[in-house]
Amino acid sequence: MRERHAVVSVIGKDQVGIIAKVTNILADKQINILDISQTILQDFFTMMMLVDVAGREDLDQLQDQFNHLGDALGLKINIQLEEIFQAMHRV
Amino acid sequence: MKIAHNEMIETIRMIQMENLDIRTVTMGISLHDCADADFANLNQNIYNKITRYAGELKAVAEAVEREYGIPIINKRISITPIAEILGNASKEQAIEIAKTLDKAAIKLGVDFIGGYSALVHKGMTKGDETLLDALPEALSVTERVCASVSIGTTRAGINMDAVAKMGMIIKEAAERTKDQNGLACAKLVVFCNPVEDNPFMAGAFHGTGEGEAVINVGVSGPGVVLSALKRHDDANLSDISEIIKKTAFKITRAGELIGRVVAERLKLPFGIVDLSLAPTNAMNDSVAEILEEIGLERVGTHGTIAALALMNDAVKKGGAMASSFVGGLSGAFIPVSEDNGMIRGIMDNSLTLPKLEAMTCVCSVGLDMIALTGDVTPATLSGIIADEAAIGMINKKTTAVRVIPVPGKGEGEMVEFGGLLGRAPVMGVNPYSSEKFIKRGGRIAAPLQALIN
Repeated sequence: MRERHAVVSVIGKDQVGIIAKVTNILADKQINILDISQTILQDFFTMMMLVDVAGREDLDQLQDQFNHLGDALGLKINIQLEEIFQAMHRV
Repeated sequence: MKIAHNEMIETIRMIQMENLDIRTVTMGISLHDCADADFANLNQNIYNKITRYAGELKAVAEAVEREYGIPIINKRISITPIAEILGNASKEQAIEIAKTLDKAAIKLGVDFIGGYSALVHKGMTKGDETLLDALPEALSVTERVCASVSIGTTRAGINMDAVAKMGMIIKEAAERTKDQNGLACAKLVVFCNPVEDNPFMAGAFHGTGEGEAVINVGVSGPGVVLSALKRHDDANLSDISEIIKKTAFKITRAGELIGRVVAERLKLPFGIVDLSLAPTNAMNDSVAEILEEIGLERVGTHGTIAALALMNDAVKKGGAMASSFVGGLSGAFIPVSEDNGMIRGIMDNSLTLPKLEAMTCVCSVGLDMIALTGDVTPATLSGIIADEAAIGMINKKTTAVRVIPVPGKGEGEMVEFGGLLGRAPVMGVNPYSSEKFIKRGGRIAAPLQALIN
């Protein structure tokens, strides 16, 4: 199957349990996490995850779930296909 | 290759906080094979072909938008200039076609359909004349149809008969939509040296040199450029050019990717990326504010043209490197009503009509979305068009005029057009007449550079 990666980004105020809650949603959907990086940037918690979405067509649904979680925790959580990052930063 | 954390952050910041967007995905469709001696057939052929080709455009664009997390603001269609296939149709039938185009656009859910156009820079065919006659009414009874008329090129010179006619058409179109502040004129642009693959409205049409159908993309990001400059307050002008170039590069790369994905899913060839800095009324999404960030207290003051020239060139350089096929206009748009900084410049008496004209010598388009006093005469409008066309013709570049004489409004009043079209302070024009000049008619011959072969 063709490789297909997506980036999950989480930005917002730091609080207990962000990583657990986000990764739970991914685990529920059987989505494998390939890489996680996380920092605190000017008081903002920022986390990036590279996840494997090969053969998955339900990204919309996943984004919906992230929106719900994001609203509840006051965070911005997005999932975007990885190519957009590659295109903009790699020649 | 692994993407670094800070690169991800940068992309996300550009999209979420700095208004980076794909301004438009435009499907160009050739309508040449729709021509038919029988009008009913012609009309039906046009509707069928557009709805068949663009049936999936909106759905596909929206899916790509969601998957890549980058907003596509407009989905549009450009078509063969309608005058080319009108044949013997009457004025009423030409208006009927405009309604058909509107109906197709509404059914498909696209924002605008461009190409209710005529290219009359050298002379007029019967179809061209019919289309021009139909223009004022066609634009006032439709909602999403955009029109353009080419009245001059560097190779052909300027068709002053057409220029004279356009003054009257603009005036009439404004009168017909006076309860909407002359809105019809916002959908009509008069060109010198138009480009055939421009995806931006109101000037988009599917030119003769284009294929059967194609996907063109217009990208825009004044907000991203502005934020990048704000982070380098002490940069000198060479550094500023470098910053704009690098930013333009990244924006164009995003546009090319999205365009190619949309084209692939629609099984159509990918055409071009038009990297233009096109402002919106959103906060900080302003070309004028970039110029002010470069160091002008208010756009329009001395130095504006130099700053604009620097910016326009840097945008082109960044874009040209980023994409295999950069096309369209690719530079800075300076529409007044769509740019908060421009509006402020006019209200503070820094920016004037003559300065705007001068700015068009070094930027992408021309006098764009400018509200004029309601009592401006057709001859004055024609004079404005002739001046702009002359700038384009002599400088071998595209120039355009999209002005809106707002019925019943005087200098200094504010008019609202709504949506992406924004709002504009009404500007006054030179009080002296151009009547005799315009009335002479005929053609302004092409400059000697036509003989460069």
